[in-house]
Amino acid sequence: MSEAVFAHRMQFAFTVMFHYLFPILTMGLGFFIAWYSTLHLVTKDKRYLDAAQFWAKIFAINFALGVVTGIPLEFEFGTNWSRFSSFGGGVFGQMLPLEGVYAFFLESGFLGMFLAGERRVGRTLHWLSGLGVAFGSLLSGYFIVATNAWMQHPVGYALDPSGGVHLTSFWAVLFNPYAGWEYAHTINGSLLAAAFVIGGVGAFYLLANRHLEFARLSVKTAVIAGVILAMTQLFPTGDLNGASVVQYQPTKLAAMEGLFQTQKGAPLAIIGMPDTAKEDLLDPIYVPDFLSFLAYGNIHATVDGLAKYSKDLWPPVELTYYSYHIMVGLGTIFIAEMLIGLFLLWRRKLYSSRWFLWMLMLTVPFPYIANEAGWVVSEVGRQPWLVYGLLMTPAGTSTNVAAGETVFTMMGFAGIYAMLGILFLFLVARLIHQGPDTNVPAAG
Amino acid sequence: MNVAWFWALSAMLTAYAVLDGYDLGVGMLSLWVARGEDERRMAVNSIGPVWNGNEVWLLAAGGMLVVSFPRVYASGFSGFYLALMVLLWLLILRGISIEFRNQVADPLWKSLWDAGFSVSSLLVALLLGVALGNVIQGLPIGPNGYFQGSFALLLNPYSLLTGLLSVAVLAWHGANYLREKAEGPLLAKAVKWSRGLWWWAAAMVVVVTIATFVFRPDAGRNFEAHALAWAFPLLTLGGLALGLACRSEQRDDQAFYSSTLLIIGLMGSAMLTVFPNLLTSTLDSQYNLNIYNAASSPLALRASFIANIVGMAGVIVYSTYVHRTFRGKVRMDSGHY
Repeated sequence: MSEAVFAHRMQFAFTVMFHYLFPILTMGLGFFIAWYSTLHLVTKDKRYLDAAQFWAKIFAINFALGVVTGIPLEFEFGTNWSRFSSFGGGVFGQMLPLEGVYAFFLESGFLGMFLAGERRVGRTLHWLSGLGVAFGSLLSGYFIVATNAWMQHPVGYALDPSGGVHLTSFWAVLFNPYAGWEYAHTINGSLLAAAFVIGGVGAFYLLANRHLEFARLSVKTAVIAGVILAMTQLFPTGDLNGASVVQYQPTKLAAMEGLFQTQKGAPLAIIGMPDTAKEDLLDPIYVPDFLSFLAYGNIHATVDGLAKYSKDLWPPVELTYYSYHIMVGLGTIFIAEMLIGLFLLWRRKLYSSRWFLWMLMLTVPFPYIANEAGWVVSEVGRQPWLVYGLLMTPAGTSTNVAAGETVFTMMGFAGIYAMLGILFLFLVARLIHQGPDTNVPAAG
Repeated sequence: MNVAWFWALSAMLTAYAVLDGYDLGVGMLSLWVARGEDERRMAVNSIGPVWNGNEVWLLAAGGMLVVSFPRVYASGFSGFYLALMVLLWLLILRGISIEFRNQVADPLWKSLWDAGFSVSSLLVALLLGVALGNVIQGLPIGPNGYFQGSFALLLNPYSLLTGLLSVAVLAWHGANYLREKAEGPLLAKAVKWSRGLWWWAAAMVVVVTIATFVFRPDAGRNFEAHALAWAFPLLTLGGLALGLACRSEQRDDQAFYSSTLLIIGLMGSAMLTVFPNLLTSTLDSQYNLNIYNAASSPLALRASFIANIVGMAGVIVYSTYVHRTFRGKVRMDSGHY
């Protein structure tokens, strides 16, 4: 891989992974804030208002960072990936402005109203603007996932003689079969992360013996929502997202699972170390026939291994494999953790089980890792394709941008984002330290 | 469809210039016009609830450019590489300065973000003007449809003049916005600055108009061919004239419309100096990227036009509603800004 291509890839990978840290929370937390806000509207219980207003303050910081780190990504399709944009802009570009027009305006427009508070805009309008923000951020997720889905499984296009593609069906692009479960799995991941954050903060307050009423509500929310979301992350969203990979991206599946040789009754490797040079999985622990069952619902089905394809079509196996196993491993831990929490809640011991509260608090970063690992699988596993089956990654870069320029801007982003990260942690820690303000009266 | 998309993009960019224009204007002025915590907070609060939504017009326009004229997006964004990256970093600084300023009740913290807000707003306004100037003047686009835009290339006499025009007009626009929103000492200062900046804006309009014909001799061709094109220069003059009439305090509420008209007039005129080209080649006119050779396919243009127009109709309705909720003088009761 040339230096320039590597630089373009690193910059996009870094900027998108840093950016994504924020939507992970925005999409999920927006939902929970709208949920608390609705409960307050219906029950008039002030606990829900206090919770919504507390989380709104953290949401605002998180949202601002999501916006400022997100703009570079829209620009980067042009700055660093100009040939990709020129190649397919009329097709994948169908989804891009819709994110702005249908989602960004909604969430950005109504966030100002929501942050202005109930007393300024009135109870109903405050509630509606919260819904607008939540709905807008969830909707933006769909359009960007649909853009990605087109790169994973291009649809609705025809090839140009000149070498590009042109649109044959808008609806095919909007309702790409790959997009639906990819989106559901992504959103579920975000909701799960938000549940963990809510639970982690609540656990902190319980352990520190502060803001107890808010803390109990938070931990309860986290455990109940967390059990459901951890399980739906696996099934159906994870399973059906995986089904798209089975159907449309056999090399990605093989790399994810470390399957080098095509096999009938292929086993599932719980653990193992892929060795691309030896084309083998070292020290594996297998569940016999299970990969065939997961992929095709039939223990006798044949699953294609990497060896079926020429090596220049293999994605980076190790990175894809380990990212996938980190994601699934963590996802399994989340299910177990939340089931324990639910059990403790049922036995009325949740708020006093300090060991569990410590675990809830310390596992807050892990859904973030799992979400990011999943995207690494998605993007690295698609290599060497930029658009699967159509355009190779090195063919999509901007050749008029030198490697040195990209290295320079990459360092600029690294420095700026390091500072943003520190500022974010500082400000959110302060807000958590201050705690929910239970003295703000509700609107009359 | 190609022509319709040209005007749709022009409208989006004009709306951006009018809306985020006052955010940038308030930002530019804030360090010098607003003194003391109360005035600085008032300035930030005047745009706080709406700045983010205003910025989305630029993002939506960018996304629309991808789908409508992908070759222009590809060529322009990669060609302007370093300048765009610097613009991105400045937009990051502007955004977080507004959002973080009120998070910590410490004078040093606030001073830091006040400076960040002001300097980034000024440089964003300057760079956007420079970019537009280069679009009007032309760029060394080669046969492959790409160019390399070094800082030496992009910062040239004409583009620096358009950059200064952008700063002048948006600063005046920001002052007019503060005339509508501010109270007390800040209002008085905003009125004074609005009067003073009118002269600078008017002077730059004259200078840049002349310079445009010097650096782009064919700039008038669309105006010669279509009488309707003169609507935009007339709006420009109308905006300036209204601005002159609004010098008195009784006209505080109307001053904002004068700079709005000026911006609409300038943007429309700028679009008409280039139409139907989007990126003009200084090497050879056959390398121009225009609304025909740089466009996506007819179906792509039609489908995206419909999808986006429907969405924008909704946006205009609820955005107007949101802006109306915050109309009138700044209320300092929201804790967030």
